Amino acid sequence: MDHSSSHGGVGTTHKTHGAHHEADHLHQSFWRKYVFSTDHKVIGIQYGITSLLFLLFGFSIMMIMRWQLAYPGQEFPIKWLAHLMGQDNMPDGIMLPEYYNQLGAMHGTIMVFLGVVPLAVGAFGNYVMPLQIGAIDMAFPKLNMMSYWVYFCGGVTMLWSFFVPGGAANSGWTSYAPLSVIATTGQTIWLLGMVFLITSSLLGSVNFIVTIIQLRVKGLTFMRLPFFVWTQFVTSFLLLLAFPPLEAAGVLQLMDRIAGTSFFLPSGLVVSGQALGVSGGGSPLLWQHLFWFLAHPEVYVLILPAMGIIGEVIANNTRKPLWGYKSMIYSIIFLGFMSFIVWAHHMFLTGMGTAISSFFQTTTMIISIPSVIILTALLLSLWGGSIRYTTPMLFALSFLPMFAIGGLTGLPLGLNVSDIHLHDTYYVIGHFHYVVAPGTLMALFAGIYYWFPKVTGRKMNDILGRLHFWGSIVFMNGVFMPMFIQGLAGVSRRLYDGGEQYAHAQSVLHWNEFTSISAWCLGLAQIPFIVNFFWSMKKGQKVNSNPWEATTLEWAATTSPPLAHGNFEKIPEVYRGPYEYSTRGAKKDYTPQNQASEA
Amino acid sequence: MQIPYNETARPDTGLFNAKLGLWLFLASEVMLFGALFSTYVLLRVGAPVWPHGYTILNVPLATLNTVVLISSSVTMVMSWASLMMKNFGKFRLYLGLTILMGMAFLVVKTFEYKAKFVHYGVTLHDGTEIVGHLEEEAEDHVVMLPDMKDGVQPSPVHIGRAQIKRLTNFGPWYSTFLAIYFTLTGLHVLHVIGGLVVNIYLWGPGAKMWKTEPTRFTNRIEVAGLYWHFVDLVWIFLFPVLYLL
Repeated sequence: MDHSSSHGGVGTTHKTHGAHHEADHLHQSFWRKYVFSTDHKVIGIQYGITSLLFLLFGFSIMMIMRWQLAYPGQEFPIKWLAHLMGQDNMPDGIMLPEYYNQLGAMHGTIMVFLGVVPLAVGAFGNYVMPLQIGAIDMAFPKLNMMSYWVYFCGGVTMLWSFFVPGGAANSGWTSYAPLSVIATTGQTIWLLGMVFLITSSLLGSVNFIVTIIQLRVKGLTFMRLPFFVWTQFVTSFLLLLAFPPLEAAGVLQLMDRIAGTSFFLPSGLVVSGQALGVSGGGSPLLWQHLFWFLAHPEVYVLILPAMGIIGEVIANNTRKPLWGYKSMIYSIIFLGFMSFIVWAHHMFLTGMGTAISSFFQTTTMIISIPSVIILTALLLSLWGGSIRYTTPMLFALSFLPMFAIGGLTGLPLGLNVSDIHLHDTYYVIGHFHYVVAPGTLMALFAGIYYWFPKVTGRKMNDILGRLHFWGSIVFMNGVFMPMFIQGLAGVSRRLYDGGEQYAHAQSVLHWNEFTSISAWCLGLAQIPFIVNFFWSMKKGQKVNSNPWEATTLEWAATTSPPLAHGNFEKIPEVYRGPYEYSTRGAKKDYTPQNQASEA
Repeated sequence: MQIPYNETARPDTGLFNAKLGLWLFLASEVMLFGALFSTYVLLRVGAPVWPHGYTILNVPLATLNTVVLISSSVTMVMSWASLMMKNFGKFRLYLGLTILMGMAFLVVKTFEYKAKFVHYGVTLHDGTEIVGHLEEEAEDHVVMLPDMKDGVQPSPVHIGRAQIKRLTNFGPWYSTFLAIYFTLTGLHVLHVIGGLVVNIYLWGPGAKMWKTEPTRFTNRIEVAGLYWHFVDLVWIFLFPVLYLL
């Protein structure tokens, strides 16, 4: 509610911008400028760096787990690392099953809630969206700062959970009851961390929606918004409306764990041969319903901003308007709406009944239509374009087939008959990782390479960028493709020995080693990126404010980086759609949105 | 540097920023309470037995609380209307009344909660359930004074520990009904407290803004009012669902 003037704090009532910039940002301490900043660009960078570190951490966890999967029960080769993880978790360098469960649960939690979403929405959304709509900042700058710091607290809480007795949460990122209710203290900390993260995303999503509706500059109608802004808009609605049910579920689970209630505990539950002394009468299925009511829309939270980035990069590098811009927008709106009524396709095997399963199977098939429209539109956008194979474009191009694999392999999971065979196997892991890793992550990398010059005024190195691209794309497929083979053969997910102690599917277990080696190579392939990131900040090639010759406002109307407060020297006005490339009769092959006439 | 439309409405949307922000926040709140009400429905239809709220909870007290909370919503509107009519004195009076009624709601709720925590239920191994007050708690036995039945006070019951399967007070752990009762009303109480904190700030130190920026201050009262009405509305759903059905 507090939306008082954010800088200087004096209650000024002038509504003009420009003249007051200099006076405002001269006297700011280090803390106000870089740490507790209310500037959306600084907050975007804070989100970006934090989430990239969490992505690296979450990936490192998986690289450690992959040793156990490839060589179950063998001593971990990096002695000091095994030592660091403690004798209780890895006695003599051999990972205990309990510890594997902790790492598995935290890998999922960290990647989804602390890595990808904060990078896609918190970082890119915060930095780019206000620039693209010509706003001087977000609608509520203080809330924006709070949103980041609450997210930060959530992250710290999650990390802290590794150090409580019994270790971190170990019931999977899905925290299914009743297992999670009777789990160790780490689960309580997990719930606490989730409350922080949900609060943060609530603050963020309100801010995003208000900013997009209220702060668009003159002439920027909804149908002139860059596609990226549209994706952030729909994503924010998903975050706003889907997270509260998970918060409710979190509160209920917290009550179960702390106040001794039985929301998720059925009557007559016996744990380790002992009847649990609770009132009973709860429903474990209730947790799954509430959880997936969030977590399905969450899938679209992961993918929509990625599609937005791809849209920007493809339009810019094909030098063509996006093919079917309007259909893409209607598709994401429809997608957002439908994503609220497909959740129970995660629960076909819970015995919900055939009528309900059929309903969710139908809605699931319907929701694949808008995804296909978007992908088709992006593909057709390439047709006849004079494509510039820049580094961001390589990542964007790879997104198309990778996301297609991820999406198409989802169809058998959405049909409730074929799901009986595939449910909870490595096939599922392969499917959603194709969507999120070679899909969303490749798009996010494209975004980093694309907007890096805007943030720093320097381009990232192309040779290192290509090294990063080819390493990533090859090894990502090496990691996830064998999972389809294993899953089809029936290898279950979440097995700490990679399926060794089961009689079936032994013939495909040798893929575990291949997958693990690919994962470690994928880790190595990120080194050029890390080097490039820091090197280019200091030594990268200096570029002008619009190196990609783009049409949208963040390139056409600001410096690189934009002014510390207020973004624009002169508030731009918009005269045309977002992607007027190669317009007939125009002098250049691009006409920026803020250019009044084509000449 | 001033963010556009944080004081005046944007012409094409007709809203100032905070008002739109609050409406969105309320939308998310609807989803939060919606999920909890759905939980209530799901647990109730799945339960073999479910008590009627009025057999366990105090309906007269809750009715009183309903009246108090609805009245506070009325005074909240009056306080905003007073500001619109530039009458700061009346604004203080009405907002003060709103705050007092909010507090009264909490006091009544405290009595209701306390009554539950001193109320006990014991389930014996043969399946019988005795509900009442715990007179005596010894190592080998307890003495229960069962609740009045049709206006008659039954005599105290002496129960050996060996017969007891489960003995607890009426906290959230007692039954699924009480669990959802405490969770829903507890969350609502937290919302009332949140509203009170904001209202007290706006009544006290925050009211200084009236002198410097009257329009923005009026906006703040309007937005705080929207929130307060929502809290009221949640109770209007909670009351029949938990107490009457």
